[in-house]
Amino acid sequence: MALLTVQNVTLGYENTTVVEGLDFEVNSGDYLCIVGENGSGKTTLMKTILHLRPALSGKIFTGEGLKRNEIGYLPQQTEVQRDFPASVFEIVLSGCLNKCGLRPFYNKKEKALARENMEKMGIEHLSGRCYRELSGGQQQRVLLARALCATSKMLLLDEPVAGLDPKATSELYEQIDKLNKEYGITVIMISHDISAAVKYASHILHVSHKPLFFGKTEDYLKSGIRQEFSQGGEGV
Amino acid sequence: MIEIFDKLEAYLRFDFVRNALIVGVLIALCSSLLGVTLVLKRFSFIGDGLSHVAFGAMSVAAVVGLTEQMALVLPVTVACAIILLAGGQRSKLKGDAAIAMISVGALAVGYLLQNVFSTSANVSGDVCSTLFGSTSILTLSKGDVWTCLILSALVLAVFVVFYNKIFAVTFDESFSQATGIRAKAYNLMIAVVIAVIIVLAMNLVGSLLVSALIIFPALSAMRLFKSFRGVVICSAIISVVCALVGILISIVASTPVGSTVVVTDLVVFAVFSIIGSIKR
Repeated sequence: MALLTVQNVTLGYENTTVVEGLDFEVNSGDYLCIVGENGSGKTTLMKTILHLRPALSGKIFTGEGLKRNEIGYLPQQTEVQRDFPASVFEIVLSGCLNKCGLRPFYNKKEKALARENMEKMGIEHLSGRCYRELSGGQQQRVLLARALCATSKMLLLDEPVAGLDPKATSELYEQIDKLNKEYGITVIMISHDISAAVKYASHILHVSHKPLFFGKTEDYLKSGIRQEFSQGGEGV
Repeated sequence: MIEIFDKLEAYLRFDFVRNALIVGVLIALCSSLLGVTLVLKRFSFIGDGLSHVAFGAMSVAAVVGLTEQMALVLPVTVACAIILLAGGQRSKLKGDAAIAMISVGALAVGYLLQNVFSTSANVSGDVCSTLFGSTSILTLSKGDVWTCLILSALVLAVFVVFYNKIFAVTFDESFSQATGIRAKAYNLMIAVVIAVIIVLAMNLVGSLLVSALIIFPALSAMRLFKSFRGVVICSAIISVVCALVGILISIVASTPVGSTVVVTDLVVFAVFSIIGSIKR
């Protein structure tokens, strides 16, 4: 039984199909990169996995005791967040909300978990700082720490390095890699950056209205799809 | 200076003045709390739209001759809030267009009704007092005061109990939803509470100025404070102080209550903006 199974899923909007015939499994400890052009359905797929929108057909289910609300999510930044007056600690702590249920306030255990995850991401010194005053890379770490509060098993990242400078980008990639290798957290990441994808990921899913490739990274490199994609002028 | 205090003391012996102060403070407190969420979620205009709806509903209530106008105004405003906020993302009408349409529509219908079916001799006076709340805070009945007390207590309780959830949904709706928080339900709750606050606040500042009462304290606090909790607490304090000062000034100087309170808020906003830009 895999952690996440996607069976013959078709995604799209009312009358248009964005991508069809998606079939793949994610096992515990995997690092899956989803690559493909803009509009090929990557974000739609992620939102469907997270139950934010329904699939047109097919099945998506979780296994190994992973509950649907135990998936940590790093969305693309929204306009609202850029000038949001909130301290780093407040934001990280809000990731624990799914553990509260009906209880209106956080308990000590959840606060400790928030601190622990801030340490993991190396942002404990920013605890009292205002989110909107941080650099892009720091902001992403804050949101990653929040996602870690919501999950200890699986992270879904939607273009986590978008808008970061090269240094912050490579630092964030290292950090994500560490979460995967050291803490055993399963990572599913959408990326435009195909060279980073093949460097870090254990598996690649290449979509372009239909899945072009799913499998191990080594096999992906041999398959030649990468070259085609690169020549399309995108992503490298 | 001593004269002014004597005058105030004399006024404070009147029941209606004390009622006005109690109700004013409560309204100010409630309206400031959700202001932060409203501003951050880019919903500022919804407050404005809803207040016009409340004006329309009040005109209908007046024309029909209801004695308890709240009984009609509150449900209508709540319903509109739900339609605007909950349906906003999916509906064919874009959010801001829907708000503009509903708000000016309600304004027009309200004025038309008051004009055509008016029972009093002074139509423009009536309309003006509903729009700018010129006297209503000083003519509160005992029932009004109690309604206000109960509704404010409810709003406060909801805000405190759901504080963390409101924060999460305001900051990042899709993340909360993905991790199993019922974001849509909380949006709905926020909409209902805002409608209640607007209907309450109409008593203090009238329907045209309601959104000022909601938005200004939050905006002022956001100039200076860096955490969500800090902003919420600061905007509550600003709002209460401004309401108190505004009401007292209006009594002493015989100015209209609503606009005096709003101008006080405006002054505080200016001061906070200046301090904020110096600090930066």
